[in-house]
Amino acid sequence: MNALSVQNLTVTYDKTPVLQKVGFEIPKGSLTGIIGPNGAGKSTLIKAILQLIPRISGDIQVYGKPYHRQRRLIGYVPQRSEVDWDFPTSALDVVLMGRYGHIGLIKRPGKKEIQIAKEALRKVGMEEYQDRQISQLSGGQQQRVFLARALAQDAQIYFMDEPFVGVDAATEKAIIQLMQEWKEEGKTVLVVHHDLQTVEDYFDHVLLLNKSPVGCGPTQKVFTMENLKQTYGGSLKFLGENSVVLQERV
Amino acid sequence: MFDLLSNANTQWVLIGSIMLGFASGVIGSFVLLKKQSLISDAMAHATLPGVGLMYIIFEYKSIPLFLIGATITALLATYSIQLIIKHSRIKTDAAIGSVLSVFFALGIVFLTYISKNTSGNRSGLDDFIFGQAASLVASDVRMITIGSAILIILSALFFKEFKITIFDPLYAMGLGLPVRFLNLVLLGLVVGIVVIGIQMVGVVLIAALLITPPLSARYWTDKLGRMTILSGVFGAVSGVAGTVISTIGEGLPTGPIIVLCASIIFLFSLLFGSKKGFIPKVVSTHEL
Repeated sequence: MNALSVQNLTVTYDKTPVLQKVGFEIPKGSLTGIIGPNGAGKSTLIKAILQLIPRISGDIQVYGKPYHRQRRLIGYVPQRSEVDWDFPTSALDVVLMGRYGHIGLIKRPGKKEIQIAKEALRKVGMEEYQDRQISQLSGGQQQRVFLARALAQDAQIYFMDEPFVGVDAATEKAIIQLMQEWKEEGKTVLVVHHDLQTVEDYFDHVLLLNKSPVGCGPTQKVFTMENLKQTYGGSLKFLGENSVVLQERV
Repeated sequence: MFDLLSNANTQWVLIGSIMLGFASGVIGSFVLLKKQSLISDAMAHATLPGVGLMYIIFEYKSIPLFLIGATITALLATYSIQLIIKHSRIKTDAAIGSVLSVFFALGIVFLTYISKNTSGNRSGLDDFIFGQAASLVASDVRMITIGSAILIILSALFFKEFKITIFDPLYAMGLGLPVRFLNLVLLGLVVGIVVIGIQMVGVVLIAALLITPPLSARYWTDKLGRMTILSGVFGAVSGVAGTVISTIGEGLPTGPIIVLCASIIFLFSLLFGSKKGFIPKVVSTHEL
C-alpha cells in the first residue's frame, strides 16, 4: 500500500504558481529525499500536504484515506529557523508538545507523557539537557529536540524539512539512525534535502522537484544525471562542487 | 489615608485593581511572546470611539453599552489592520500606527462632540482616556473583578494550547490542534482585558499594563508558567499601588500612576533580574 498519494496539487503565492499539478506516490516503509533547486517548492510541498498553507487544488491520501482523517499518523519536523528559540521553555517542554495531540485540549500532560518525552530525549542523546532553556542549546541540539518531539509523537509517516542544515556530525548521525529505525519499524519518512552528495547514502527513494515532479521512485532509477539536469534547469553549474562527483558517477 | 483604605468601596476598588492587574499580566505574557504588543495598543486606542458612539446613540451613561461599543470598534481596528497588511504594500508597523491614530482621533472627536452638543450627566466619559479608579462605582468594580477572574481562568485552561500555538503554530496545525480557534480565544482575551480595564487604566495606557509586567517577568525566569504568574503578580502590584496613590492624591489619574509603578518594577528587573538582568550579567562575566 502507498503511504502517501498526492494528486493534482497546485499552490500559488500571489497568483504565481509555486507548485503545479504535482502528483506522486510514496510506498510504505520508504525513506524519500525530496530534492530540487532553491525555490523549487520543496518546503511548500510539505506544508501543502500537511495543509499548513492554502492550496488551489489537490487530493492527498495518507494510507489510503483522506489526509484530515489521518492526522494522528503524521509527524512533522519543521525547519529550525521557523520558531523563536528565545521562547521561555525547556527542551523537555518542547518534546512534550509532541504529545499534545494525544493528550487532548485543556488537559495537562501526566506522568506517562513526561516519561515518553524523557525517553525520546534519551534516544537522541539529549537527556542531560532536558531542563535547559532552548536558546542555550546549539543548532544541532535544537534539531535533536525537534527530532525527539517527532519521536514522542509516535507517528506512522514523518515529514522533515531540511533537518541536516547547520548541524554537527553527532546530530547528523542521530538523524540518520532515527530514520533507519523508523524505516525498520515500517514507518515512512520524507525529507526535504539539498545536499546531492549524500542523497544516495541516506535515501532509498527520491522525489526530484522543480515546481512539478521531474521523477519519483527508487534512488538508483531516478537519481540520474539526466533527471538532475532536468531538475536543475539543464545546467550543472548550479550544482557547484557536487557536479564533479555526479559526473564521475554517471 | 487609613480612613480612606478602610472605606468598603475603596477596598472593593483595590480588589478589582489586583484582579485586573493580575489578568493583564497573564494575558500580556501571551501577547508579548506572540509579538502583538503594538496591535494590542491599537486595539486599546480603538475602544474610545466605540464608547463615544454608544453615548451619542443612547444618550446616557451605561457601562455595559460602552463595553459593547468598545468591543466592536476594537475588533474593527484589528480587522482593518489585517486587511491593510494583506491587500496593500503597507508594512505592519505603518498599518498599526495609522489605524491606531485614526480610531483614537475619531474617539476624541466623538468626545468633543458629546461635551458640546448633549445634555445630561456625561461626567466620567473623559475618564476613559486616562482612567479614574476613584470614579468607579460598585457595579463597575464587580464587573472588573468577575471579568478578570473569567479571563484568568480561560488563560489557565488554554495555557498548554497557547504555549504551542505561539511557539510553533505550524507544528500545532500539523498536530491537528484548532489553531485558528485558539488565536480567536487569545484575541478575545485581549479585547476582554482592554475593555474591562479602560475605565480604571484608560485607553491610552492599558497596553502598557499588558506589556510591561511580562517584560519584567522575563528577566527572572526561562519558564513560561513561572513567567505568566510572575507577570500577573507584577501587574497586580502595579494595579493596587497605582490605585492607592491615585486615590490618596485626589484627582491624580489612575492609569499613568499604575504604568509608572509597572515601569519601576521593569527598571528593577532590567537591572537585577536573575536571567539576563544587567547587573547579574556583568557580575558573571567578571567571574569568568
